[in-house]
Amino acid sequence: MAALAVIAAGPERRFPEWTERALSTGTTIMAVEFAGGVVIGADSRTTTGSYVANRVTDKLTPIHERIFCCRSGSAADTQAVADAVAYQLGFHSIELDEPPLVHTAASLFRETCYRYREDLTAGIIVAGWDRRKGGQVYSVPMGGLMVRQPFSVGGSGSTYIYGFVDASYKAGMNQEECLRFTANALALAMDRDGSSGGVIRLAAITEQGVERQVILGNQLPRFSAA
Amino acid sequence: MAPYGTRPLAAGSTLKMAAYGALASHGCCACALYGVRRERHPPVRAGVTKMEVGGMRAPPPPFWAGGPAPGGLYSTPCPGAAGRGPEPQAGGGEPRTRTQNPMVTGTSVLGVKFDGGVIIAADMLGSYGSLARFRNISRIMKVNDNTVLGASGDYADFQYLKQVIDQMVIDEELLGDGHSYSPKAIHSWLTRAMYSRRSKMNPLWNTVVIGGFYNGESFLGYVDMLGVAYEDPTLATGYGAYLAQPLMREVLEKKPILTKDEARDLVERCMKILYYRDARSFNRYELAIVTEKGVEVEGPLTLETNWDIAHLIRGFE
Repeated sequence: MAALAVIAAGPERRFPEWTERALSTGTTIMAVEFAGGVVIGADSRTTTGSYVANRVTDKLTPIHERIFCCRSGSAADTQAVADAVAYQLGFHSIELDEPPLVHTAASLFRETCYRYREDLTAGIIVAGWDRRKGGQVYSVPMGGLMVRQPFSVGGSGSTYIYGFVDASYKAGMNQEECLRFTANALALAMDRDGSSGGVIRLAAITEQGVERQVILGNQLPRFSAA
Repeated sequence: MAPYGTRPLAAGSTLKMAAYGALASHGCCACALYGVRRERHPPVRAGVTKMEVGGMRAPPPPFWAGGPAPGGLYSTPCPGAAGRGPEPQAGGGEPRTRTQNPMVTGTSVLGVKFDGGVIIAADMLGSYGSLARFRNISRIMKVNDNTVLGASGDYADFQYLKQVIDQMVIDEELLGDGHSYSPKAIHSWLTRAMYSRRSKMNPLWNTVVIGGFYNGESFLGYVDMLGVAYEDPTLATGYGAYLAQPLMREVLEKKPILTKDEARDLVERCMKILYYRDARSFNRYELAIVTEKGVEVEGPLTLETNWDIAHLIRGFE
């Protein structure tokens, strides 16, 4: 019976399987508050399944002059939401005639991520500096809740470093210590999570502005060999 | 009606409710509420456990219906176990003996022939899904002085294969006839073995590359879990088939016979690209080189990677 034979051979695919897989920023992202601002960091790997579509991705996206967001989850969803929020925040800032608050930016993310929670796969960390409260980190994970935290990790690689960050974090670190803490944590996660890797992109956001840096893949902090 | 102790409890009902139901008919609310059976009340129905007045008490009725006595072992009745008795709950019966889901897996294996031997390369990672779980395992085995074998796929199945092959080689040594397995012989045997397992719907979930040098000729063969087998001057499994194979073939098209150094360079270039683009790869690998001198397994080696293009990218537009 020809019909049976076709079924038995396995499901016929019109397009290869990878076309149906979402392009994800399976990722490790992190943000830490300190006295004068925030430090944010991310890996640089974008995957389609287990193919590395982009090994030098920039997941630290500016929303306003001193407000950034770290994106994890679906690359398309997070880019679209970040674009929308950046537009809204720019408009709001002009209306206000002053730089916007980090809380406002985070709120805008929350509005979108909560309203469309069933349709989005977006885990976002909003971080920046404003005059009212200085450096702030707000987490807007999947589901669309918003919560301020002294530091936050996100993305698929974050699961491997909860122990490390919980044990290593100290309140009252300065910018340099925060950068080192973030770089170490990201390096550890990138070494274990297959969906994270590449280079570490870091940024420090303070009243003075934004300083970006990159730690290349062959210069990552090294830990135990095994 | 059965005595209350042995009547199965209705779904969702508590013991007390069942007792209430059983005892209510003799009109003593208090008794029913507290679930107390008192000797002075006449038995409710014929067939209820008779209580001896004075003297020896009957054994207490079981706590619940349809289950074991307290402290007794609990065996669920198993469908299809009729006549065999209930199977032990914890063991779940016979062990399931089919590998259908690879657990800890290895990614690509590469193989290239050159003038006077072959090279095989594989990284040293055992992935558990996306977790880089075991970062220092060897996926290459030396079969004998003229054959090596590299495997991708399930690591447990590879270890089993290693055990079997090692034993085969020992047994052959013991024959003491001066012969050893040729790479072609190993390849042929493995093809049959993998095909036989797949025909029993219990495959060894591996894709294997066999390389060797025997009687002045290089050998490079491939076998996968379906029993598909072939030989080729360049081979790659997993992501390597998509990313590395085209590169290797391009080089060999221009220069069909490579020197050892050229072959090594080619393999290392391909391993680098796999490290960039395969999300289940790792920057620690082993190289096995087989020549007439024998087998040399080098490792752990690390690749020099270039990330300069990271400086060219900012944002996503």
